[in-house]
Amino acid sequence: MNPALPARRASALGFAATLAIGLAILFGAPHVLDTFGLVQCTGFAALAMFGLSQGFVWGFAGVMSFGQAAFLGLGGYAYAVAVINMGDSSIPVLLSILVPMAFAGLLGYFMFYGRISDAYIGVITLTVSVILFQLVNATSGSQYRIGAAELGGFNGIPAIPALNAPFHPDEPLDIDGIWYAAMGALILVYGILRAVLAARLGRVIVAIRENEIRAQLIGYDPRLYKLIAFMLAAGVAGLAGCLYANWGGFISPTVFALPMSAQVIIYVLVGGLGTLVGPMLGAVLIQALIIAAGSQTVVDSNLGLGLVLVGFVLLVPQGLLPVARSAALRLVARVRTPRPGKAADTFATERAR
Amino acid sequence: MTPPGATLRPLIEARGVTMRFGGVTAVADVDFTLGEVELRCLIGPNGAGKSTFFKILTGQLKPSEGRIRLRDTDITGAEPHAIARLGVGIKTQVPNVFNGLTVHENVFVAAGRRKSLARTRAIVDETLTRLALTGIAGRLVGQLAHGQRQWVEIATVLAQEPELILLDEPAAGMTHDEVHRTAALIREINRTHALIVVEHDMPFIRMIAKTVTVFNQGRILVEDTVERVLADPRVRDVYLGKQAA
Repeated sequence: MNPALPARRASALGFAATLAIGLAILFGAPHVLDTFGLVQCTGFAALAMFGLSQGFVWGFAGVMSFGQAAFLGLGGYAYAVAVINMGDSSIPVLLSILVPMAFAGLLGYFMFYGRISDAYIGVITLTVSVILFQLVNATSGSQYRIGAAELGGFNGIPAIPALNAPFHPDEPLDIDGIWYAAMGALILVYGILRAVLAARLGRVIVAIRENEIRAQLIGYDPRLYKLIAFMLAAGVAGLAGCLYANWGGFISPTVFALPMSAQVIIYVLVGGLGTLVGPMLGAVLIQALIIAAGSQTVVDSNLGLGLVLVGFVLLVPQGLLPVARSAALRLVARVRTPRPGKAADTFATERAR
Repeated sequence: MTPPGATLRPLIEARGVTMRFGGVTAVADVDFTLGEVELRCLIGPNGAGKSTFFKILTGQLKPSEGRIRLRDTDITGAEPHAIARLGVGIKTQVPNVFNGLTVHENVFVAAGRRKSLARTRAIVDETLTRLALTGIAGRLVGQLAHGQRQWVEIATVLAQEPELILLDEPAAGMTHDEVHRTAALIREINRTHALIVVEHDMPFIRMIAKTVTVFNQGRILVEDTVERVLADPRVRDVYLGKQAA
């Protein structure tokens, strides 16, 4: 018998539950929500995807990227520029994933193979996102154009053509269609990341987070695995950028800006570091809070949000999901008749000897 | 039953290995040879350079001078993962394990490099049974006692199926029973594998050792059979802190 089985069964159960809830939301939301609500939820899905990216690279690979917005922005701009030039959105969607991945490959190669320490990886990624922000911000004027797409500097790119049915540019998606695309993509990417983590690749990535020296001493090259994880996360962030650009039909350099990178770290902290579902929940919760804070006038909205965040870090440092999970497990344990586990039993006799 | 070493190609051979940290020379001009399926114990007082020498052999440190060969391959200054892939496994002095993973996952990751899933599972089951870890396979390694963590680390080393196994203080922090089991395990491993064991525990050395190399102040003081080394007054002197001038 495999003693790791109960834990694995619980994890599989969690995966199935998440998938079921995700699909219920995917197909239920268009029937329950009005147009405004559905558009808002499409935005949530895009930012949840962004949270997923940070949650993967930070929580599982242990790479503290402080500039994940760089990849969000690159994905968004890659989509916008490509779709304006091509008309059909099929290849631009792929580019929104591949361009950030290629950029992350180059940046990551120098960081990981150059043996940059963890703290400096935070500094470098942060700096790169700020440089990209300044760079794109300075592209005002019609001389800054890529093909038919004017970059537009701080004004950004307006009127980005929305997604269309694959290879049918004459069939653009409506609001419902974009919701299905965004939420469907979120569920798909979540599934892919779960599969990666369950596979050998994911196990090695997590093992390297746990102990890089041991991983090396059993023959794995940590630099390669960190680079792969960093590139995967960049691709996810890029797709989030594509959805984000689709959601508003507009993109501006603020996607590269510091608040974007900081916000996604907050999604992960609030939702739960080391989980995939947590960062998605965190994204939705924080975005909903930001909207709620903006629509009232009693407290300054930024101050209110700041207080909520400080409260979280002090009171629920593990994040929402892990706390909810352990509470649920305690409940289950109380309901069941207490019986000592086989593993604990053997351990106890071993100690007593 | 060891055939005369001079005629055989050694498993590992270090020549003139020196390691300097700033003004401190931790390992000084060490020549060291280990044959196939040989068991060697390294002893010596704290700071004698044993662990530093292990780090050089496994690529964690690049020697300032000297060359190291593993069979036909020059591994001087190679990356640790490259040396590990050539068949060198090490249990470090301070346990290096994956604390956030279960015992099973620790061994699985070590066993699974470039092997089929079925083969990996077979190795994991075999290793867990061999080290009597099956009962705690589902527990997080970070929650285990020190002695058990040592065994988990030994299990990960065995699971990677190395040809040369380095054990840095395998008996440290273990109970009397665990020490005996460790000694038996080392003798069993040695039937098919070469080992180098660093240890301070003299009764333990007597249980396992055939040949002993004594390090002192970064140099090899003496290398001989266990009886002669332990009877050597110079060895006693360095352990008591008296330095042979």
